[in-house]
Amino acid sequence: MDSILFALDYLFGAPIFGLGTMIGFVWKALLLLVTLLVFTAYVLLADRKIWAAVQIRRGPNVVGAFGLFQSFADLLKFVFKEPVIPAGADKAVFLLAPLVTVLLALSAWAVVPVAEGWVLADINVGILYIFAISSLGVYGIIMGGWASNSKYPFLGALRSAAQMVSYEVSIGFVIITVLLCVGSLNLTHIVIAQQEMGLAHALGVPWLTFLNWFWLPLFPMFVIFFISALAETNRPPFDLPEAESELVAGFMVEYGSTPYMMFMLGEYVAIILMCALTTILFLGGWSAPIDLPPFTWIPGAVWFVLKLSLVFFMFAMVKAFVPRYRYDQLMRLGWKVFLPISLFMVVAVAAVLQLTGWGWHGGMA
Amino acid sequence: MTLPLFFFYLFSTIVIASALMVIASRNPVHSVLFLILAFVNAAGIFMLAGAEFLALILIVVYVGAVAVLFLFVVMMLDVDFGELRRGMLQYMPVGALIGIILLLELLLVAGAAYLVPEAAGSGALPIDGGIENTRALGLVLYTRYIYLFQASGLILLVAMIGAIVLTLRHKPNVKRQDVAKQTARNKATGVEVVKVESGKGL
Repeated sequence: MDSILFALDYLFGAPIFGLGTMIGFVWKALLLLVTLLVFTAYVLLADRKIWAAVQIRRGPNVVGAFGLFQSFADLLKFVFKEPVIPAGADKAVFLLAPLVTVLLALSAWAVVPVAEGWVLADINVGILYIFAISSLGVYGIIMGGWASNSKYPFLGALRSAAQMVSYEVSIGFVIITVLLCVGSLNLTHIVIAQQEMGLAHALGVPWLTFLNWFWLPLFPMFVIFFISALAETNRPPFDLPEAESELVAGFMVEYGSTPYMMFMLGEYVAIILMCALTTILFLGGWSAPIDLPPFTWIPGAVWFVLKLSLVFFMFAMVKAFVPRYRYDQLMRLGWKVFLPISLFMVVAVAAVLQLTGWGWHGGMA
Repeated sequence: MTLPLFFFYLFSTIVIASALMVIASRNPVHSVLFLILAFVNAAGIFMLAGAEFLALILIVVYVGAVAVLFLFVVMMLDVDFGELRRGMLQYMPVGALIGIILLLELLLVAGAAYLVPEAAGSGALPIDGGIENTRALGLVLYTRYIYLFQASGLILLVAMIGAIVLTLRHKPNVKRQDVAKQTARNKATGVEVVKVESGKGL
């Protein structure tokens, strides 16, 4: 029993079994959840606004000033509508699918460090945890598509299964290259490593922190990760599971009201998670771009959100002006382009680190 | 009851219940979904035992990839559920035999120290608290067992190549897209400007 207790303590970094710490933990989790949901509401609005701006439209502008309350109005509308379950559907799986999507998307946030020490569970396999959870995201889609008992949803689910499994491979390799440089699977360590070593230190200008971040030395991996993240979250131009011109709405055809809202929520939370992961892996997490007073006065969490928003802005712009991929081109890009490049980069980065002795050694036990 | 003990019983109860449902449920897709539930809870037990790397790898590899393909195939099968149920009693003795053998083996492993006193201490080693188990695994895998590790990788590679060789067929009459050829097209090779005199056509 002691060993299990010890293992749990070890996993969570601190004893969590006192009632006080337990309440503190729940309180922190609630705070993160509420902040995340409100943030998601505004990210959704931003997505629609950016899309509209690119097409010279106004976007949602009726509910509240500049449409600021549009997402909350949508929420009320979804919740008050009647959920319709098709007669031939597998009821349990049909209702379980959106739940799985939204719960998985939210649970991944437990290990994301928003600022130094601002993390629910600072586990030492954080990145692997996020990778595992995001690889489960496909189940919501497959279950929803199958349980609807209808052609279009099923086709959408099949497409999605193949697509997400394919792009997970290249995401995995990209993560491995970053891990090789850091030498730790802990997300906090990944950020600290980007503060303490890198190009800026090599050039003798350590205050130019943004040169330290991995986006520069690992630039090809940064690009591959960004594109794979688009594919992994079913964002345009890779939104084939719900391609409206071919499959009506893909795996979501038969869904309405609250279950539909949960699918959308899960999707957007997963997108924000991918933006956060890009920020942590390549853009230095919560660290300020220049390590000098006016920049360091701004708290780390603000920098984190700013960087996350920048990545999301790129996501939204891609959605607005890139046409949808054809399915065989999508598969070609994943398996014939990204996989060889990322595999080669893993070998190359490992060789460089081994021969030069670069890389972060602060995480060594 | 302490919290870890509570979680241990929770996870193991769900593993056993969902394992039963895998063979008992009427719908094969439900069976696969229960199998996935069993995997996830097994990962939970790994986590409790302090093997967090193995737990997450179990989820990434088995739940995230293998079970997805499994589900993929089962969903596309057109299975007659009645037919499936009829076979169950027929295969029951074989299944039970295999189950009993597995159970005996597991008991032998777990109870080795009681049967043969010399075997005590040769089983699973306790976790070394000072070292992350990702690092610990790496230290063993890439030093002591490096050749076996490489050999297993090669075996997997052979299996992969085998699968590709068995299934890859080049059909002669299918038009294939050559992306390099398409992107190499330019104005000179792609467009022909023809001067057409009015009223004559080409």
